[in-house]
Amino acid sequence: MLEPQPVGIPVPNPSPASKPYWEGAARGELLYQRCDDCGTIALRPGTVCGSCLGRNLSWPRSAGLGSLYSWTVVWRPQQPAFRVPYAPAIVALDEGFRMMSAVVGCEPEELRADLPLAVEFHPASDDISLPYFRPRT
Amino acid sequence: MSHPYRDVVIAGVHNTVQARQLEGHDSESITFEAALGALADAGVPTPEVDAVIGAHAQELVLGLRLGPCTRLPWQLGIPIVLEGADLVASGRADVVLIAAGGASMYTDRTATAPWTRPANEFVVGYGLFTAAEFALMARRHMVMYGTTPEQLATVASTIRNNGHVNPDAVYFGRGPFTPADILASRLVAEPFHLLDCAMTSEGGSALVLTSAERAADLPNPPVWILGGASDSYGPAYQIAPAWDIVGRSDVPAGYVGRTAARHAFATAGLAPDDVDVAELYDPFSFEIIRQLEAYGFCPDGEGGAFVDDGNIGPGGRLPVTTDGGTMSYSHAGINAQQLQRVIRGVEQLRGTCATNQVHGAEVAICSNGGSGALFTDVMLLGKERP
Ligand SMILES: [Zn+2]
Repeated sequence: MLEPQPVGIPVPNPSPASKPYWEGAARGELLYQRCDDCGTIALRPGTVCGSCLGRNLSWPRSAGLGSLYSWTVVWRPQQPAFRVPYAPAIVALDEGFRMMSAVVGCEPEELRADLPLAVEFHPASDDISLPYFRPRT
Repeated sequence: MSHPYRDVVIAGVHNTVQARQLEGHDSESITFEAALGALADAGVPTPEVDAVIGAHAQELVLGLRLGPCTRLPWQLGIPIVLEGADLVASGRADVVLIAAGGASMYTDRTATAPWTRPANEFVVGYGLFTAAEFALMARRHMVMYGTTPEQLATVASTIRNNGHVNPDAVYFGRGPFTPADILASRLVAEPFHLLDCAMTSEGGSALVLTSAERAADLPNPPVWILGGASDSYGPAYQIAPAWDIVGRSDVPAGYVGRTAARHAFATAGLAPDDVDVAELYDPFSFEIIRQLEAYGFCPDGEGGAFVDDGNIGPGGRLPVTTDGGTMSYSHAGINAQQLQRVIRGVEQLRGTCATNQVHGAEVAICSNGGSGALFTDVMLLGKERP
């Protein structure tokens, strides 16, 4: 069974631009950065919209529902702190953006393209919660 | 307009001994060995070098008493060869030494190699490393086009068998391999088995570029740069490597390198059918299938079938990565293995490969990078002056 990683793995070091994302994650909310002028969703948080160069960027909350875009099942851990197998995945969110995460709550062989997923959060340290995705029916 | 590299020649190339671990060397010392080997191959005395490119450029300037000298302390394979060519073409330098090496960099074997472990905030918590990043691109291609693990394994067995017969390869004599052998090796990051992945090793590599005029007095037959360019879709290993990320054109990140290849072919006045040998960068088996499509050797989605049809092996329509590449020849740190694709292309066009020489090869394509890293560099080499 694919499970969230235990506390003790390397954790993110938020930047000024990404701070709202990680504050949201700590509250159990999945946020994404969007340009209020043209609607473009950032590939990663920044200070300017890459499409219209606008600076009216906001952090709406995603419903956390999406589907499996691509995945891998890792059997040789990046370092010993990670428990195998784990399944890094690219999730396509219903709001129209993609994010890096990992699938939990199913067997590796159940992973397939377009598998419907829902976000959930698990602590990785005292300060950081990581978004994971679980299959939904 | 005349060809931009009409007056530039690759006059010298050298790979040092490559090994899983090189006793008594660090990255700087093996880079020196590579540099001296390339200068000896070129037949150029060190005082003629007036530009050095590579991570240890400054140390080479000092250690070989080359000052005053242009130095560019950069470390990307094909881009720095193109930069060196520009230095010669513009007259800023007469002899350019490009050198790289990796040694004593990977000691903790309980983790993946240090340069494979991204630390960026959006990937670090998910245990990603290069194999997993590249697997995300490969999986998407499998979803879209039905590419199979057997096709990936056919690439890996082909390239590993090229290394198996190459006495200079780190994994010389380790084969031969069938696709079934690849599929029987342990899983690392699905769909990649251990034998779908590059090894880690140590070694140095270097090239010498000079003007056509100077090269006329040198011993080696000249090899010419027919074209080259680089594509990037952003920093490697920081965001989800999704196949269909796009920027200013409709070419998706999955086909990173396509735009560079088009540029290189246009500069050369050639088409994919003109290429005799493909020294493609092979960090993972899937990357060969992807590049065959990206560069126009087959239609999109048909790279797997192209491989199945026996095109990429010795004697095939397009022999690929003929020395064994990063899977079997060597994967020496960050930069040397990228220069090795260009060096092997030069050796193919000189006709000096001891194994898997493609007879009568006139045009070679060389590449670096890969989709999981969001960059690919492409270069075309030729025997005829452009
Ligand atoms: Zn905008």
